Amino acid sequence: MADTEGGWRVSRRTVVKAGAALAVANETGSAAGAPAAPTLQAPPGSEATMRLVVNGQPHELTLDTRTTLLDALREHLRLTGTKKGCDHGQCGACTVLLEGRRINACLTLAVMHDGEAVTTIEGLGSPEALHPMQAAFLAHDGFQCGYCTPGQICSAIGMLAEARAGMPSHVSADLNARVIPITDAELRERMSGNLCRCSAYPNIAAAIQAVARQGGQG
Amino acid sequence: MKAFSYQRADTPAHAAAAAAAHPEAKFIAGGTNLLDLMKLRIEQPAHLVDINRLPLDRIEALPDGGLRIGAMVRNSDLAADPRVRERYPVLSRALLAGASPQLRNKASTGGNLLQRTRCYYFYDTTQPCNKREPGSGCSALQGFNRIHAVLGQSEHCIAVHPSDMAVAMRALDARIETLSPQGAQRVIPIADFHRLPGATPQQDTNLKPGELITAVTLPPAPPGVQLYRKVRDRASYAFALVSVAAIVDSAGGRLRSVRLAFGGLAHKPWRVEGAEAALAGAQAGDAAFKAAADAVLRGARGHGHNDFKIPLARRTLQAVLADASPRS
Repeated sequence: MADTEGGWRVSRRTVVKAGAALAVANETGSAAGAPAAPTLQAPPGSEATMRLVVNGQPHELTLDTRTTLLDALREHLRLTGTKKGCDHGQCGACTVLLEGRRINACLTLAVMHDGEAVTTIEGLGSPEALHPMQAAFLAHDGFQCGYCTPGQICSAIGMLAEARAGMPSHVSADLNARVIPITDAELRERMSGNLCRCSAYPNIAAAIQAVARQGGQG
Repeated sequence: MKAFSYQRADTPAHAAAAAAAHPEAKFIAGGTNLLDLMKLRIEQPAHLVDINRLPLDRIEALPDGGLRIGAMVRNSDLAADPRVRERYPVLSRALLAGASPQLRNKASTGGNLLQRTRCYYFYDTTQPCNKREPGSGCSALQGFNRIHAVLGQSEHCIAVHPSDMAVAMRALDARIETLSPQGAQRVIPIADFHRLPGATPQQDTNLKPGELITAVTLPPAPPGVQLYRKVRDRASYAFALVSVAAIVDSAGGRLRSVRLAFGGLAHKPWRVEGAEAALAGAQAGDAAFKAAADAVLRGARGHGHNDFKIPLARRTLQAVLADASPRS
């Protein structure tokens, strides 16, 4: 496969089936000492087929390889709850949970996540059965315009999971502490990747703190 | 973003060979810096080799007591690793002082070393920049240069390296393991990994085309207290104006050994071994700390807006040394 580049007829709409590429890899890739073939390869400006599990639902998508995970969610799966703010990883509005960990969906390509699971705001709760973090944001009025809110909520859930796992932060006095109390300083440091231009921070912090105190899944 | 061809690599050997086969190829790991630059058309790779599935995501204990950190270990996992927290706290602290949690969950160890500068003019494609477009000139020299270098700069470029992690690794004498497209492995001491700008600021590192970072190794932890102090414009999620990584071994008010590395001052993590040697055996105190600051900042030169970095680096260094060495 490494030399197939020259063999591609480069057309903008060439579609590379990941499954087909996988089959080729299995045939050619495991000879002793030989480098394995790539599992997915796409010529310039082309599309690639990938599988994403979004909010528990498997999807097969054929997308331009330049498509970010954020655009795949919003423009192709029509899951517009995840917001595009800066599109450069500075504001956190696009925060989603990838395999349970919070990331900026704007700074990664969808094709890099073939086979992986993504949770967006739409996958956390429903209007009838809110996730505890969603309920807390309502109870504490943790927003004004609401644009940053889906990212704040996904980020807060990821943040509480990190703290429960004992991951330290910049403000943790003891790097080796096993239990990390979610003080206001810890919460604000750990949420610094999510900006709110309305500056609803006091109520956002109160909402997250309420969930943290319940020891809930956040 | 310009169109590119894409392939996913399964083995380090395959990745390096694939990158070498394309003159304008880039590896993509976390993508947190590269995709940002691609969206702005500052980086325009014709080919992306996705290395996210390479088996380089482990942190292993070495027989000599050191650690080998796979190039794909994410920044957040490295900062939280119990061995790193316990034995290399300066590295955990530096990582946790950088970026945001979302970015650290994605950013890789190898990619962090390869971060590009955040110089405003490097990012502004309407302005000359020798790093982005060799020979076009340096806009920062006569422009807004508040965040720029005061040490090691050249008339061609006054950009600084943005990484916190690399500063701690410099103090720890980390080594970078690489694999060439021909299959040759080599080990680069971190001191020789990043470059000063000189007349070729477009080259940030001494990596060769297609050469893949596979791991970073840390020697056994040196004795002493490890501290990382970062001074920045806001309390979180900002690049360093000045940062200091310090490893200070002292007893009875006397310094036994000191290592000091600096971020925010130069085109690469900055270290002055001569200043460290002068501190060894000295009585911990203001006189020794001031002398160390003199030695570190000898030859430092500001460009107007960044003149403040020289006294700021001096004071930060003295404060860190005072924190790290209990007086007798």
